[in-house]
Amino acid sequence: MYQVRLWSTRHSRSMERLYEIMNPAVLLFLRCMTRILGRRLDRPVTAIERTMKGFLFDCQMCGDCVLSKTGMSCPMNCPKTMRNGPCGGVRANGMCEVKPDMRCVWVEAWAGAKDMTSGGDIKQVQFLLDYRDKGKSSWLKVARDE
Amino acid sequence: MNKIKDIARPGDPLPILSGHVSNGRFERVLRAGHFAVTTEIAPPDSSDPREVLIRARLFDGYVDAINATDGSGAHCHMSSLAVCAILTRVGYSPIIQISCRDRNRIAIQGDILGAAALGVCNVLSLTGDDVSAGDHPSAKPVFDLDSVSLLGTIKIMRDEARFLSGRPLDSAPNLFLGSTINPFVPPVRNRVDQLAKKIKAGAQYIQSQYCFDLDLLKPFMKRAVDEGLTNDCFILIGVGILASARTARWLRENVPGVHIPDDIIDRLEASKDQKTEARKISVELMQKIKEIEGVSGIHVMAYKQEKHVAEVVKQSGILAGRQPWAPQRTEVEIKE
Repeated sequence: MYQVRLWSTRHSRSMERLYEIMNPAVLLFLRCMTRILGRRLDRPVTAIERTMKGFLFDCQMCGDCVLSKTGMSCPMNCPKTMRNGPCGGVRANGMCEVKPDMRCVWVEAWAGAKDMTSGGDIKQVQFLLDYRDKGKSSWLKVARDE
Repeated sequence: MNKIKDIARPGDPLPILSGHVSNGRFERVLRAGHFAVTTEIAPPDSSDPREVLIRARLFDGYVDAINATDGSGAHCHMSSLAVCAILTRVGYSPIIQISCRDRNRIAIQGDILGAAALGVCNVLSLTGDDVSAGDHPSAKPVFDLDSVSLLGTIKIMRDEARFLSGRPLDSAPNLFLGSTINPFVPPVRNRVDQLAKKIKAGAQYIQSQYCFDLDLLKPFMKRAVDEGLTNDCFILIGVGILASARTARWLRENVPGVHIPDDIIDRLEASKDQKTEARKISVELMQKIKEIEGVSGIHVMAYKQEKHVAEVVKQSGILAGRQPWAPQRTEVEIKE
């Protein structure tokens, strides 16, 4: 859902507010449920996360969500999956070098970060991704301090 | 400015000076406060090592380091590691370019150790063009790392003498660490932030994309200087040597990230001898760029125009009478 993704980045401040309100409650809920259900929680939570974030951000389920640090633009939609972008090939009109019909994910990210209170986090260096986490829930990872 | 002592014989590593990270001549030139010149070699589509030496010879006495590109434009050529190894044998100071497109962290870390073992002192971290840009568009793109996390990886290997996994190295690779920047494409406003990120990750020098637009370069450099970024990092600006207005147009339309303003193309078109005019443009750009505060050198990119690099550098006078090291041609006989 390319258009929804662009909308989400344009409304990065609202998304951030939503995240700030929801995050403590969701984490608390997941922590409690983990105690009761253990690993049986993984499948439904992962499915919910995939659906919600997939709709809003075209989430690719990398398993290590950095949306709050990338202006609410998912870096895994970059054809080079750059987590510290942009690359040097961005077109003069801000479109992707590889997919000319797509806005550069990182042009969007820097624009989104500008409006966020924690927008400065985009300047943090994102180190390596653990590819074993691909397809797993980031929410559960945080809730379980994994 | 300090004088540089050069006692290197081919294959002998120079001693590491205090405050330096590498055994290399390139780092010495920059840290001594000289205005450095680098260029890039187009790796041959050949298994003949002489091809590499013939190409390198064109730059003798005019450049401080030679970049060996790593499948540039996603086209297949001799590997950058092999080109570097051939160059270090005769004493050249190559910069190994490592792109994240073709190899994962296991292969890249192995290549970094191998490069250092073969006498390579400088590395340039790149994300790399996508496979769709090249002659093997059906290949699987890897992109396990990006240019920033690759910088971090090499820094860990060098400074902490370990692999990413934590497994210790018996001897760490002494590499001078660099990366690229393109201040001429969107998001132009954030390109300085991107530079800061690369420096934070470990970049000690930067080679920029082609600069044909000083109006974009000047504010970029001013902000970089104001933010203190040029204290921690040497910035070399890319200058191209064009062949004609047609190639300029082709480059602009087909090579990702190349920004050439219309006035350059108009000027080429209006001239009687486009080739000479193009070299004149390069000379003028070099001279003007040298005057900009915070710039430590020029990176000449002259694809298919390599034979003009020495002449353009000479005419520009940016070396200010200094003659970069070149191998004594008594030891290697090259038949052309």
